[in-house]
Amino acid sequence: MNTLEWFTQILEVGAALAAAPLFLGWVGQCRAWLQNRRAPSIFQVYRGIRKLFHKDAVVATRASPLFRIAPYIVFGTMVAAAAIIPSMGTRLPFASAADAIALVGLFATARMFLALAAMDIGTPFGTLGARREMMVGFLAEPALLMVIFVASLISMTTALPLISERLMTQALSLSPSLAFTAVAFTMVLLAENARIPIDNPATHLELTMIHEAMLLEYSARHLALMEWAAALKLFNYACIGFALFMPWGAATGEAGPLGLLAAIPVLGVKLGVAGAALALIETVSAKLRVFRAPEFLATAFLFAVLGLLVHILLGA
Amino acid sequence: MPATPHGPLTLILLLLCVWGLIGVTGLVRLDSIRFAAAWLFPMGAVIGLTVAAAGLWALLGSPASAAAPHCLLQVGLPNLPVHLRLDALSSVFLILLGGVACGVSTFASGYFRKHQGSPPGLVCLQYHVFLASMGFVLIADDAYAFLVAWETMAVSSYFLVITDHRIAAIRSAGFLYLVIAHAGALAILCAFALMQSGAGQSTFDAMRAAALTPVGAGAAFLFALVGFGAKAGLVPFHVWLPEAHPAAPSPVSALMSGVMLKMAVYGMLRVSFDLLTGLAWWWGLVPIAVGLFSALYGIVFAAAQTDMKRLLAYSSIDNLGILFTALGLALVFHGVGMPTLAALALLAVLYHSVGHGFTKSLLFLGTGSVLHATGERNLGRLGGLIHRMPWVAWLTLIGALAIAGLPPLSGFVSEWLLLQAFLFSHEIPHTFVNMLLPLGAGLVALVAALAGYVMVKFYGVIFLGQPRETGLALAHDPGFGERAGLAWLALACVLLGLFPAQVSAVLQRVGAQLHVGVLDVDRAPWWMLVPLANRQASYAPLAFLFTVAATVVLTLLVVRRLYRRHERRAPAWDCGFGSLNARMQDTAEGFGQPIRQLFEPFFAMRRHLPSPFDAAPTYRVDIGDRIWNFAYLPLQTLVQRIAGGFAWLQQGRIALYLIYGFVTLVVLLALVL
Repeated sequence: MNTLEWFTQILEVGAALAAAPLFLGWVGQCRAWLQNRRAPSIFQVYRGIRKLFHKDAVVATRASPLFRIAPYIVFGTMVAAAAIIPSMGTRLPFASAADAIALVGLFATARMFLALAAMDIGTPFGTLGARREMMVGFLAEPALLMVIFVASLISMTTALPLISERLMTQALSLSPSLAFTAVAFTMVLLAENARIPIDNPATHLELTMIHEAMLLEYSARHLALMEWAAALKLFNYACIGFALFMPWGAATGEAGPLGLLAAIPVLGVKLGVAGAALALIETVSAKLRVFRAPEFLATAFLFAVLGLLVHILLGA
Repeated sequence: MPATPHGPLTLILLLLCVWGLIGVTGLVRLDSIRFAAAWLFPMGAVIGLTVAAAGLWALLGSPASAAAPHCLLQVGLPNLPVHLRLDALSSVFLILLGGVACGVSTFASGYFRKHQGSPPGLVCLQYHVFLASMGFVLIADDAYAFLVAWETMAVSSYFLVITDHRIAAIRSAGFLYLVIAHAGALAILCAFALMQSGAGQSTFDAMRAAALTPVGAGAAFLFALVGFGAKAGLVPFHVWLPEAHPAAPSPVSALMSGVMLKMAVYGMLRVSFDLLTGLAWWWGLVPIAVGLFSALYGIVFAAAQTDMKRLLAYSSIDNLGILFTALGLALVFHGVGMPTLAALALLAVLYHSVGHGFTKSLLFLGTGSVLHATGERNLGRLGGLIHRMPWVAWLTLIGALAIAGLPPLSGFVSEWLLLQAFLFSHEIPHTFVNMLLPLGAGLVALVAALAGYVMVKFYGVIFLGQPRETGLALAHDPGFGERAGLAWLALACVLLGLFPAQVSAVLQRVGAQLHVGVLDVDRAPWWMLVPLANRQASYAPLAFLFTVAATVVLTLLVVRRLYRRHERRAPAWDCGFGSLNARMQDTAEGFGQPIRQLFEPFFAMRRHLPSPFDAAPTYRVDIGDRIWNFAYLPLQTLVQRIAGGFAWLQQGRIALYLIYGFVTLVVLLALVL
């Protein structure tokens, strides 16, 4: 079985790398349909990344080595995160290197490097974006940890594949604590991935942008890596959501190669549904002012806490 | 390891005396900076390294039972010998002391310059006495020896804080420190007095054997918490920290923040897990509550600071709060009879103590280098130093990432251990407590995430962006000694982060020896930390780092190979307006603004806004501490009023004072006879 486990590992990382831009393209397409626009191709994100890779890089005169290494580090952390999250199979050799808490730490590392790189040039936009990103980050991180706590309490472990396996064996009923935390997680996902109520991925309006403001000085291959890392982050978050709230269909230890094979279309369906739902949320909600973001994320935190209390009180 | 039972203790005693001797040698050539820098501080660094090695020797050689080497010294008052003892707990903190002192002394050999304050020989004496006294605090085994060492530590550090004593603000910062240190020492004295429970014995052995009533134990615990909390800078005793740390020279702030604050943690651990008997489990909730509040308070204030050393001082309050939270959690687990989890929380305390000791020293020394190179402590006048001071910048980055609790560095390991411990706090068999404690984990996570915010501000404003003053173009990296000191501390942060299993296996001997509990961290593969075998939580920073590093290298190679495109350097895009100047960057105030807005109730803010008719408009915001305004200012007025009331006693005539003495004598005689 060991070869199968390593194969699962490689397949998951490879799938994440390949499918992340596709997922982002799908979300964009759904959004366009919902808004009565003509949709761009689902492969648009790939085209963008490819175009950027082929360009000459322009680096600001004042850039330090930190600015140039940051895209690689951010990309590397996102790949490492993809290796931990059980998207198709739960038997991952690498997953024991980091549990869910370490995964949150990994995202925090990426965020920190992104913010530091944004401050490196010393333009007003970069520092503004870094400040706002860190503000959203410090509010979202506790909420995400509380979500993970609830799932860990139910499954008695913080290892993400084991959480997923143990939740899978539960009956297909909606446990109230998980329902609360699912709402909380969705809100964290929107905030952490610069989606609409917090940030708008489609605009460069300086009053509102967060993520894009940090990337303004990047170009060509550096920007391509940053965009790819952002797509990977969204993909990773979606997969964390699947692992916690809809783990059914992923290949467990006994499933064998056939189980893994069956898990691939299941993941595709989940991603399709999640992408459509994400587009729907983004279409029906409006962007919040920056200082409403704390309220939004405090609500997410409270939902997670509610889930925790419900679990401890009712044991469900 | 073949060790005579007294081996390490004798060695450490000897080394501490050598530290004292080095200090006294400084007096020989009082005004020679070169003598102190070339000989005394490097020697002190070597002694520090030896102390750390001896501590490690003692720790590895220490038996699992409580039979630690004792030693009696017949010095001091007659019939009151000094008891010394070296057990696993002392050894861990001795390793911290020695290791940090090694780095700081190496740094200090290049740091001190000619200035207006105390002569270098005197600073050398105070510095080494400070180091030796901290060592004696750790090996003291009776209340007298402990308090004498504790007070020597306080007084020597006071003199170090006021090295630049010609500046009035520094003198008053030192005075505030001295007052709070003494109030704390008084509380510790009361705690010891309660713990010996009327036996009249001041040895720690007598305290271990004493049978205390629950009320007595609780009172002793509270006194100890007040006393050690004052030293640790827990709210509301935190006010001295942000004043004293910026006032002191950077190596001294590094030692105070990195090591001396940990002496308070040591004292609290010693009292609550070793000396105090019969403590009810729920007393552990007090340090948890105080610690969590201090942590939040400290980090929120750190985010609003504009002085880089004040920012770090507030960050120390945050970290000490986290330490006391973990300590309280360990006490609760210990009290309700959950030994494994108690050992886990205790391990988090020790790991964070050691990790924070190295990290915070690194950051303080980094600010010291910046201060020397630029003469500026205000974040608003720095910026872009990564180009001018690459060594300091990259080494400080390691410290900043470690303090922010990011994997794979040291800060993350302790945070991870603490969160794991919190995660299982719902198993405590007491309702309400088991519901409220997991929420503490949310607060710990919030504080950790805020620490990331603060560190982006700290690092970004000092080292990144454009220089905010023209003078910064002349800044340059420090000399070899300072760089070596920084590199040593950074290395410790990295190693503590990368080998958590090995470090935990060593540190958890403390828990075993104090009968708190044992973890089976040895059973996992060597590169993986698995503190609780049956919970399947694991963390392997090496695998982690390897994956990220491999991806980075691979991506770099692939991108280079496939897209051999040119790179052009151009000025940053200025939207066509021209002149993108340094004033357009976020200032330190600006970066702290979201925190000021979100946590407004914490601050006593006074804003000065310009009116439209001002010829020279200025914007100013003063951030005050509500606790200072509400608690300390009234106290100060009260003390002054009482003192004013007694002032008529002081008439300035010697005859009157002789009469006072005579009257006192008569009254005393009347009482005795």
